[in-house]
Amino acid sequence: MLLAIDTSAGTSVAVVDRGRGVIAERGEADTMRHAEIVGPFILDCLREAKIVPADLSGVVGGMGPGPFTGLRVGIAAARVFALGAGKRLVPVISHDAIAYGHYRRGHVGPLVVVTDARRREIYWSAYSQADAVGLPVRVGPPGLAKPADLDAPTWLHARWPRLDAATVSAGELGLVAELSHAHDRPFAANEPLYLRSPDVTLSNGPKRVSR
Amino acid sequence: MNRTAMNRSDPLVLGIETSCDETGIGIVRGTALLSNTIASSMDEHARYGGVVPEIAARAHLDELVPAINAAVAEAGIRLSDLDAIAVTSGPGLSGALMVGVGAAKALAVALDKPIYAVNHLVGHVGADLLHSRGDVSDSEPLEYPTIALLVSGGHTSLLLVRDLVSDVELLGETIDDAAGEAFDKVARLLSLPYPGGPQIDRVAASGNPKAIRFPRGLSKPKDMAAHRYDFSFSGLKTSVARFVEQRQDAGEPVPISDVAASFREAVVDILLTKALAACADYNVPRLLLGGGVIANARLRQVATERTDAAGVVLRIPPLSLCTDNGAMIAALGAQLIMAGHEPSTLEFGADSTLPVDQIQVSNAAQSLGAP
Ligand SMILES: [Zn+2]
Repeated sequence: MLLAIDTSAGTSVAVVDRGRGVIAERGEADTMRHAEIVGPFILDCLREAKIVPADLSGVVGGMGPGPFTGLRVGIAAARVFALGAGKRLVPVISHDAIAYGHYRRGHVGPLVVVTDARRREIYWSAYSQADAVGLPVRVGPPGLAKPADLDAPTWLHARWPRLDAATVSAGELGLVAELSHAHDRPFAANEPLYLRSPDVTLSNGPKRVSR
Repeated sequence: MNRTAMNRSDPLVLGIETSCDETGIGIVRGTALLSNTIASSMDEHARYGGVVPEIAARAHLDELVPAINAAVAEAGIRLSDLDAIAVTSGPGLSGALMVGVGAAKALAVALDKPIYAVNHLVGHVGADLLHSRGDVSDSEPLEYPTIALLVSGGHTSLLLVRDLVSDVELLGETIDDAAGEAFDKVARLLSLPYPGGPQIDRVAASGNPKAIRFPRGLSKPKDMAAHRYDFSFSGLKTSVARFVEQRQDAGEPVPISDVAASFREAVVDILLTKALAACADYNVPRLLLGGGVIANARLRQVATERTDAAGVVLRIPPLSLCTDNGAMIAALGAQLIMAGHEPSTLEFGADSTLPVDQIQVSNAAQSLGAP
């Protein structure tokens, strides 16, 4: 059993099991309340699944891409929950969960997953198909772009079916981890995918105050 | 879950502090300090001349797990031994606070331990209660009421503390820059590196503090009527800038040591004048200092002289507990537990403007700051 946490869009927490699927899940699309609700969601899911942290075999963290302030809350929670429970942290790319869910619901062939990056930009990942075990095959990296960039006919994945997602399901994130583990696929790096540098401006020295 | 009864007489508490640029993890047992682990991102901010919130928040996420591991190892405990988790809910940088809040809640649920969401500023006062393991030399308890002057790069506040866990009143605070920011900005005017405090201290050592009479903010009678205990440092900074520009325009060398010493004297003077005015007005013969600017040698020296002259007892925690740290957050959590306060519910958030009279954030309704 795995506890999965994702705050790359809204906040989503789930307990999943490879055999039983999604056992408990809580989601909230609001992108302003990650720090408030992540704790109660974890507790709710453990209670609904009738388990204690010791029953888990790992903690799945959604690594994004996602707007930084919210994304960090879930990764901090996943890393520290794993530390506290003495369990392995399993990093998964959040877009993979979105693609996995879409394929599972019947989509076939190429797919571009798009999420909001704020500031009139978007995050995208491109998938060629779901493989034999149902895992999405990512062929284009999680990237950051202007919306118009994806509409350009010259774009590598132009005219691929596109899925705009506003939420990420921690249940699907957890199932991606279960499948990846069962089939010896690599997990993601334990690094947040901000895909953007911090906003900073180097000053040109103090401004004059007298004239 | 079967949570065993909490040890309320000598609780083992882990504190998480991420309100600014220090990732602080502290572990205390009652008032005994077991670990004060700090990972600072200060060097990453140096080239920008001040704390960059997003850089600070990213560093917190990177440093949390290593810092918790280091603190637990130093304290010689297991996480499962803890009685409770304490965490800074505010005030501070919002994105930075959220990292600590998310982590603390996850740790509390993973360990099935109660959580205390506490006020950073009150934590600075709580730092004074800590003593090293086996050290009884400074075991005198903090007496109440006390005036507390908290000075750092993020805050400049004057508090009246009648009781650490139940009655803290904000008397005044800065209406513009924090004192630590003023040091950073003036250091830049003098082409000194960041952080400014130690640099100003260094060059001021050979300067004359009376060479230039820089203004003391909010000290004129009309300002004192409305802002008796408030501080302002932007006018002082502008005055220093004007002085430097005049010398440069005239083609004269800038007397850096004298400027630094005179600027520092102006800051120290106004801080202590207002703090001692509060001691006198409220008839409280105790002054406690906290915050990173307390590392300033001249501030400590003048504080000692003036409190001696005024018959006020001065308390200064060790410098490692004056700068932002997790031990002070753990200490405040332990005090709340020992006083019988119930834990916070899991719904609290990060509140960048948490008022100082809110010592503990207990539920979501209370934690809502600006809508
Ligand atoms: Zn502070």
